[in-house]
Amino acid sequence: MAKSIVQEFTKGLWNEIPPFRLVLGLCPVLGVTTTMENGLGMGMATTFVLCCSNILVSALRSVIPAKVRIACFIIIIATFVTVVELLMQAFAYKLFLKLGVFIPLIVVNCIVLGRAEAFASKNNMILSLADGLGIGIGFTLSLGIVGAVREILGTGTFFGNTLFGASFHPFAFMVQAPGAFVCLGLLLCFMNMVGNK
Amino acid sequence: MGDYIVLIISCIFVNNILLAQFLGNCPFFGTSKKMETAVGMAMAVIFVLVMAGAITWITETFILQKFGLEFLRTIVFILVIAALVQFVEMFLKKSIPALYAGLGIFLPLITTNCAVMGACLINIKEEYTFVQALVASFSYAAGFGLALILFAGLRERILLARVPKPLQDTSIALITAGIVSLSFFAFKGMV
Repeated sequence: MAKSIVQEFTKGLWNEIPPFRLVLGLCPVLGVTTTMENGLGMGMATTFVLCCSNILVSALRSVIPAKVRIACFIIIIATFVTVVELLMQAFAYKLFLKLGVFIPLIVVNCIVLGRAEAFASKNNMILSLADGLGIGIGFTLSLGIVGAVREILGTGTFFGNTLFGASFHPFAFMVQAPGAFVCLGLLLCFMNMVGNK
Repeated sequence: MGDYIVLIISCIFVNNILLAQFLGNCPFFGTSKKMETAVGMAMAVIFVLVMAGAITWITETFILQKFGLEFLRTIVFILVIAALVQFVEMFLKKSIPALYAGLGIFLPLITTNCAVMGACLINIKEEYTFVQALVASFSYAAGFGLALILFAGLRERILLARVPKPLQDTSIALITAGIVSLSFFAFKGMV
């Protein structure tokens, strides 16, 4: 039992790390990762929703009728997204403004609904929590990495601190829209090279 | 009138929903492997987004704002969109079977397409009037369709090319999308 909890947790960190292994939920990965701070903030908000919705879906899995399960899952997820929205407005208003439309859009993030449908609706609460936490942390890590690469190359800063001397010319392409796609594509290529040895 | 032309151009090209706003990227990569599925998805998005844009605008103005319930926007919008998609599906199945056969499998996917919900939220955020919201929704959807169909054509050509192994499939698709996005970037100065 203890072993499988660890397994469910760690699979999200490498074997099924979103969005590299599970190509789902690309929009926030591309949209908010202009800096590492934004990426991590978005990742944590998603992790919170993922864990809470996984627990509740798992707890209610015997009550929810199979025919309307997707609608029920969406309502559960939307509730927690609203909770996150209100919490962020209260405690992290600057970040909330930066992430903008992407916070309410956690509702339609395929990862969250995907985990509810594929995992939480079939497993008990502890396993579902481990699964949600693992996938969520994996997602946060990916967002952080993409954010770090784009921030360092695109503006020459890391968490807002300047890294290089005055002679450094920022590679502005990376923080603009096309850079997001190219950066993610190259990171995916790198993952494939390391993972397929 | 001039304002509307500016709005249309900015929604289709400058602020293209896929390539500049990063909304709806899952179906962008998921359905662009074949031209047929790309066309089907593009049509379904245009069809649903215009209706969703209208109905969420009405909900926001006459229900949420009237009763001060803006904090419920996320839950209400997703429910309205899900119900709308279900309704459209039932209506098409009964009345226009030919169109249903074409759009059928793509309709359920639209509920979780963030381009639809995202465009509705942007309409509210920009405080568009009803007509502006309708025009913007249609233009966003048209921009989605344009980018998706262009990209599907490119991916069909990539299938014939020899791509290094680690770059295959999604990786090369992302880099290609970056280049397509770069070409849309050239429209930045227009509006």
